[in-house]
Amino acid sequence: MSRQSLAKAHQKIQELAWEPAYHEPYMKYGTDYTFRKAAKKDPLKQVLRSYFPMEEEKDHRVYGAQDGAIRGNMFRQVQERWLEWQKLFLSIIPLPEISAARSMPMLFHVVPNPELHNGQAIQMIDEVRHSTIQQNLKRLYMNNYIDPAGFNNSLRNFQSDYCGTIGRQFAEGFITGDAITAASIYLTIVAETAFTNTLFVAMPAEAAANGDYLLPTVFHSVQSDESRHISNGYATLLMALSDEDNRQLLERDLRYAWWNNHRVVDAAIGTFIEYGTKDRRKDRESYAEMWRRWIYDDYYRSYLVPLEKYGLTIPHDLVEESWKQIWEKGYVHEVAQFFATGWLANYWRIDAMTDEDFEWFEYKYPGWYDKYGKWWENYARLATPNGHNAIVAEDVDYVYPHRCWTCMVPCLVREDMVMAEVDGQWRTYCHEVCRWTDVEAFRPVYQGRETPNMGRLVGHREWETLYHGWNWADVVQDMGFVRDDGKTMTAQPHLDLDPKKMWTLDHMRRMPHLQSPNVLLNEMSDSERDAFHADYIRQGPAGRPAPTDA
Amino acid sequence: MTTTERPERSVPKPVFTDAEAGAREFPDSSASARRYNYFKPAKRKQTHYEDVTVDVQPDPHHYLTQGWIYGFSNGEGGYPLHWTKLKAWGSDKPEPQRGPGTGGLPVKEWPAHGWHEFRDPNEEWEQTLYRYNANVVRQLTQNVENARNAKAFEQWTPNWVRFVERNVGAWMHIEHILGLYVFAGNERSGPTNMHNTAMAVNSAHKIRFAQDLALYNLTLTEEIEGFDGSAHLNAWNADPEWQGARKVCEALTAVQDDWGEAIFAANAVFEPLIGELFRSNLVMQSAAGNGDFVTPTVMGAGEYDYAQRDLRWTIACFAPLTQDKEFADHNRQLMQGWLSNWVPQALQAARQMQPLWSQPDAKPPRFEDSLDKAKNRFAGICRDLGLDTPEELKQ
Repeated sequence: MSRQSLAKAHQKIQELAWEPAYHEPYMKYGTDYTFRKAAKKDPLKQVLRSYFPMEEEKDHRVYGAQDGAIRGNMFRQVQERWLEWQKLFLSIIPLPEISAARSMPMLFHVVPNPELHNGQAIQMIDEVRHSTIQQNLKRLYMNNYIDPAGFNNSLRNFQSDYCGTIGRQFAEGFITGDAITAASIYLTIVAETAFTNTLFVAMPAEAAANGDYLLPTVFHSVQSDESRHISNGYATLLMALSDEDNRQLLERDLRYAWWNNHRVVDAAIGTFIEYGTKDRRKDRESYAEMWRRWIYDDYYRSYLVPLEKYGLTIPHDLVEESWKQIWEKGYVHEVAQFFATGWLANYWRIDAMTDEDFEWFEYKYPGWYDKYGKWWENYARLATPNGHNAIVAEDVDYVYPHRCWTCMVPCLVREDMVMAEVDGQWRTYCHEVCRWTDVEAFRPVYQGRETPNMGRLVGHREWETLYHGWNWADVVQDMGFVRDDGKTMTAQPHLDLDPKKMWTLDHMRRMPHLQSPNVLLNEMSDSERDAFHADYIRQGPAGRPAPTDA
Repeated sequence: MTTTERPERSVPKPVFTDAEAGAREFPDSSASARRYNYFKPAKRKQTHYEDVTVDVQPDPHHYLTQGWIYGFSNGEGGYPLHWTKLKAWGSDKPEPQRGPGTGGLPVKEWPAHGWHEFRDPNEEWEQTLYRYNANVVRQLTQNVENARNAKAFEQWTPNWVRFVERNVGAWMHIEHILGLYVFAGNERSGPTNMHNTAMAVNSAHKIRFAQDLALYNLTLTEEIEGFDGSAHLNAWNADPEWQGARKVCEALTAVQDDWGEAIFAANAVFEPLIGELFRSNLVMQSAAGNGDFVTPTVMGAGEYDYAQRDLRWTIACFAPLTQDKEFADHNRQLMQGWLSNWVPQALQAARQMQPLWSQPDAKPPRFEDSLDKAKNRFAGICRDLGLDTPEELKQ
């Protein structure tokens, strides 16, 4: 179809726009936004006659590459350190994708722009593509990679392991609460426009450097659909901006969405890229450098800041604070350390860092070794069972952290931890912005304004609560993270598949019982809690206990 | 002659890791560990479709041990089972009550409740979706192109031109509304990933078919002198023949908070009694006699979507509920009630379309015969669903 006929075709399908004559559609989903003065334009003129063959052609390329990878024995060159982290990533990502598909009808209900509904419907179909193509990639890894454990039960594991909720909010946040907050601001304006750059472009590049060229094949194909989704979000945002009453909500939602995406995506993808790679060339970009390029320059400066002239209040302070967290406060390193501390509550194997890794980290993040080097040396020392416990129960100068009630990443930058009593419960937050999100933003009234459609943070948000007082062997067994001999653990703190070097439930049984930090916090008296907080914010970096006063 | 040494480029180096399947033996290295093991397949061997679909949408009745973590303003998250009045066995069983020290309480039996038993018999996922629809649009484009080259539209009688511009044109609106505001509109609401994906695929068929008709209309505008490309809007907005079908179609978007009723009424009632009545029993029966061999190929593609794919998943979704081991009576009564509500509306709308049968020069089968055929078809669908043919069908 020629360009001209495509424009004509798009013009023609606008005749399908529907104005109800007899029955108004049932409005299941709500928003506190209003669209009284909205201009109605579809920025991307897509018709299905060209869309389906285009996507089929993309599929041909993806599946052809997959056949080629198997014939070419790609897995003889894949780094296990890298592919183990894919057990987590590919557990997470099909859910956000399919949730994005489910979020599109929420927008039909609230955005009065029939022209835009066409683009949203195509996005819905795209997202079904993304979810199933990713499930399929995981299946291929399971069939062809040396260790299928963790891939084979990923959708049970992800739904119960100790960091699953961190990834899950990047899905449930798309499909609940205020439809515009969820499906437009959180999903398309921030997650897709900003953070898919690190997810779907930066990370696949790292995969290729580790011998895996299927992740880039699949995810670049996925990313090629994202530009259309970004256009959907941009059009909705411009519609929202044309109504003054929305500006307070836009400011709230951009702050929440930006900060939550930073907390969640930077935690996960930062760890995969920095700690899952074997590529330690000094001129390869660090996650911080990628973030500066993809998120700070390409998104913040090129996309977000220009919107200021349309009246959007940009969270400049949070963008700078996020950068500070990554560059000065070691956010990604703290998260990686937490993942490795809790290796036994996961379902993939985490490799220790070596001298070559140390050198690279020191080069890219000056001062890294003084903060984290000793702990990683301990991790390597304690990697194979030899009469000692797993690192979480050994004295390695690490205080097990409290969870953030909002983003569910623990409060790892200890000095930033804040507490609040909410709904009769004491909660810890990793940062003031996460406290604000729970206490002020996700509420039915915001700054004196009724916000009846805003969502709620619900569920058992601290994983440790469920297993308070449990023996670790029972915890691992309850989650099902055990291999087919009935005793060897799926997770290991090293990559050696020699059964004699692998941890079993017997090793777990002799460890001290698991304690929930939040349950313990709520058992404290007021003065004990104050003392706890005063101590906590003096801890770190690298989870070190607070210095004892001389 | 001197040679300049090229500086070594900084690129990742390939490393032999021997990380392929079968390279070592250890717990979980066997072939039996190389399958998704968190669900039981519907048949002996799990299908590719099941692997990429089942359990992607989690469920607190199963493994979602910390529960949903984001909710609507009433605190409900995820995919509540009460978003339809239909019930599958286990629907009323409360989620495990998890809390401090309870453990995850994972429900290890599969399925955790009856909704998880549904499988789309079309086994739709992204590859099937794109292959199928790309084939359809390619074939349609070729058909229309061939007709253009063969000057086939010149054979149309003037009355048939008017019929196509108004009535075939009007049908695009129905497909569009069903696609966007019934099928896509409800694909957030189903209880499992299998249900919601089937609705998304059904929606894609409808939206594509609506656009196929719109673009066909555009081609005819360009090819047939005097073909009024905007006449379909007038027919849709004002022709009395279309107002009944429009009213029922719009009513399907207005079903109050019940995805089951909306999908059931659309695919089990509206489609056979109005959709097939118009597409198969009128347009496709009339076209040849009026010199048109093209329109049936466009209509036929949409008809195939419904008859061979969309109806199939609908039967597979709803029929087991009438035999449900716990809620069969409840579901039968509910669906019979839906039939009593929707069948009279559909029949009234169908009868309102009767004058369309008189418009072409070469007449199609009589309206009453066409309607009887549609009723018989509908009665067969009722049987397949395990429901009684409603009394209202006699109207």
